[in-house]
Amino acid sequence: MSPVSRGFHGRRREPADRQRVPPGQYVTADFPVLSAGPTPHTSLDKWTFSIRQAGETSKSWTWPEIQGLPAEDITSDIHCVTRWSKLDTRWRGVSVDTLLAETGQEGARFVLAFSDGGYTTNLPIADVTGGRAWLAYGYDGQPLPAEHGGPARLLVPHLYFWKSAKWVRGLELLAADEAGFWETYGYHMYGDPWREQRYAGD
Amino acid sequence: MAGTALRGRLTWQVAKVESVTDETSTVRTIGLGLPDWPGHRAGQHLDVRLTAEDGYAAERSYSIASAPGEAVAITVERLADGEVSPYLTQELRPGDEFEIRGPIGGYFVWDAADAPTPLLLLAGGSGIVPLRSILRHRDQTGNGVPVSLLYSARSLPDVIYRAEIDRYAANADVEVTYTLTRQSPPGWTGHTGRVDRQLLTELAWPASAGPLAFVCGPTAFVETVAELLVNLGYPAQRVKTERFGGMGEA
Amino acid sequence: MGELPAPLDGNAIGGLLRDVFGAEMTAAVGTCAVCGAAGPLAECLVYLQAPGTVLRCRVCRSVLMVVVTRGDRNCVDLQGMESLQM
Repeated sequence: MSPVSRGFHGRRREPADRQRVPPGQYVTADFPVLSAGPTPHTSLDKWTFSIRQAGETSKSWTWPEIQGLPAEDITSDIHCVTRWSKLDTRWRGVSVDTLLAETGQEGARFVLAFSDGGYTTNLPIADVTGGRAWLAYGYDGQPLPAEHGGPARLLVPHLYFWKSAKWVRGLELLAADEAGFWETYGYHMYGDPWREQRYAGD
Repeated sequence: MAGTALRGRLTWQVAKVESVTDETSTVRTIGLGLPDWPGHRAGQHLDVRLTAEDGYAAERSYSIASAPGEAVAITVERLADGEVSPYLTQELRPGDEFEIRGPIGGYFVWDAADAPTPLLLLAGGSGIVPLRSILRHRDQTGNGVPVSLLYSARSLPDVIYRAEIDRYAANADVEVTYTLTRQSPPGWTGHTGRVDRQLLTELAWPASAGPLAFVCGPTAFVETVAELLVNLGYPAQRVKTERFGGMGEA
Repeated sequence: MGELPAPLDGNAIGGLLRDVFGAEMTAAVGTCAVCGAAGPLAECLVYLQAPGTVLRCRVCRSVLMVVVTRGDRNCVDLQGMESLQM
C-alpha cells in the first residue's frame, strides 16, 4: 500500500456521476494531449481522406470536398484509457455513414483507421456506422488543433478514445479484425469503457 | 562503484522530507531522509510518486542535486500548470512523506575517477540541477579537471545555486558564464540572449582537447546546443544530453 | 492545456527501463531495425503521455520499443530494435 502524501490532490478531478462516467475514470476539465509520436503536419492542399478495400482506394476526398459534405455538431463525453473522462465535448464533422454511403462495402465487417505518422486502430464497422462515428475537423467551435489530431481525426466517443484516431487519413475496410497500433501492444481489440475493456483479455 | 548497484529491481521506498529550501521564487530544494539509500552518482535522478487520499497517483522524475556521499536532495522547479511541482514547491513540509525510486541513470553521469578530460557543462534553466551535482562532486573530491559552465537562465533572480556557483568560479580551473535570456539587471555586462554558435565558440573547449560535454535543460535548449557542439567538431558520443519537460526556453 | 508536450529522451524512462530489464539501461546501445542508426537509449525520443511509453529512433522516428504497463506488469515490445547491447 502506497503511503498517502499529505495535502497532495493532483490535477483537479471533478466529482464523477457514476451513471454517466464509466468505471475507473476521473473527470477532468482539461484536455490532456497524449501522443505516441511527433505531431504530423500535412498541408491541406495535399490532405486527402480515403476509403480503401482489398488494396485499392475505392473513394477519396480532398479537404474542400470534405468541407462540402453535410456536417453535424456533436456534443459527447469522451473517455481515455489513461483514466481521464471529459464531459460535453463539442465537435463538428462529417458522419462516417455519409462517407461509407459513397462506397461499396461487400464483405467488410471491420475497419482499420490509418493516420499520418503510421498510427492505426481497428473497429467493427457496426461501431463506425449508425450515427456513432464522425470525421471531426472542428473542436469547441474552432478548427481542430494539430495537437488534438487536426486537421481531422476520427471521433468514436462510445469507445475508449485511442480508437478516435488523430490525424486520420482513411479507413481500410476488412473482412476480419486486425489489430492496430495499441491493440498490437496489448490494448483491447474493442475497447468498451463501460465494460472497462482496457487491455486484451479484459 | 560501491553502493550503486546496477542490477536488480529498484523498489519504491518511502522518503521523509527533512528540509525545504527556496532557491528562487519558483524553485525549491527538498532534502530527503532515506534509510535504505544505496548511494548515488553525480548526474543521476530519482522517480517520485505521490498518492492522494482517493488512491490517485502521479509520478515524476527529478535530478539529484546533492553530491555522491551527501544526503539525497532534489531541486524542483514549479511549472505553471504542473500537477506535482506546485505541491512539492509550495505545500510540502518537513515530516511529509512520499515514495521515491532510485538512483537512476548510467549515461548522464560523471565520476571524479573518470578520465581527466575537460568538462563542458551547459545548463538551460533547471537543467543546472544534475550539473550542480557534478560540480559539487568535483569540488568535494578535490578533482582539478578544468570545467567550463555555461548557464542560460531567464534572469539573474532565476539563477539557481548562484552563490555556490560563484564560489566555484573563484577557482582558476573553473569558468562560469551566465547568459540571461529575458531580463538583465541594470549595468549587467554579462551575456544576454540564447546560447548561439558565437557564444559557444568563445566558451567551449576546442574539440581537439577531447572534452566531455553535458547538456541539460528543456528539449529545445538541449537540441540547439547539442547540434551546435557537433558543428564545432565535438564527436556525438562526447555530448551527453538530458531533456527536461517544462518550458520551451530557459 | 493543449500544448504539445516536447518529447523527452530515454533518460526520462530510466526507472521504467530498470524495472523492465532488471538493469540500468540508459547507456545501453540500441540499433534501429529500420534505418540502422545506433545510439544509447538515453538519446532516443520518448513519448510518455500515451496509453503506453514509446521509444523512437532519433534519426528516422520509427518505433524502437513500446512498454505497456498493466497493473504491476510491464509488457515490452522490442521489434523495432535490431539489437540492444548493454
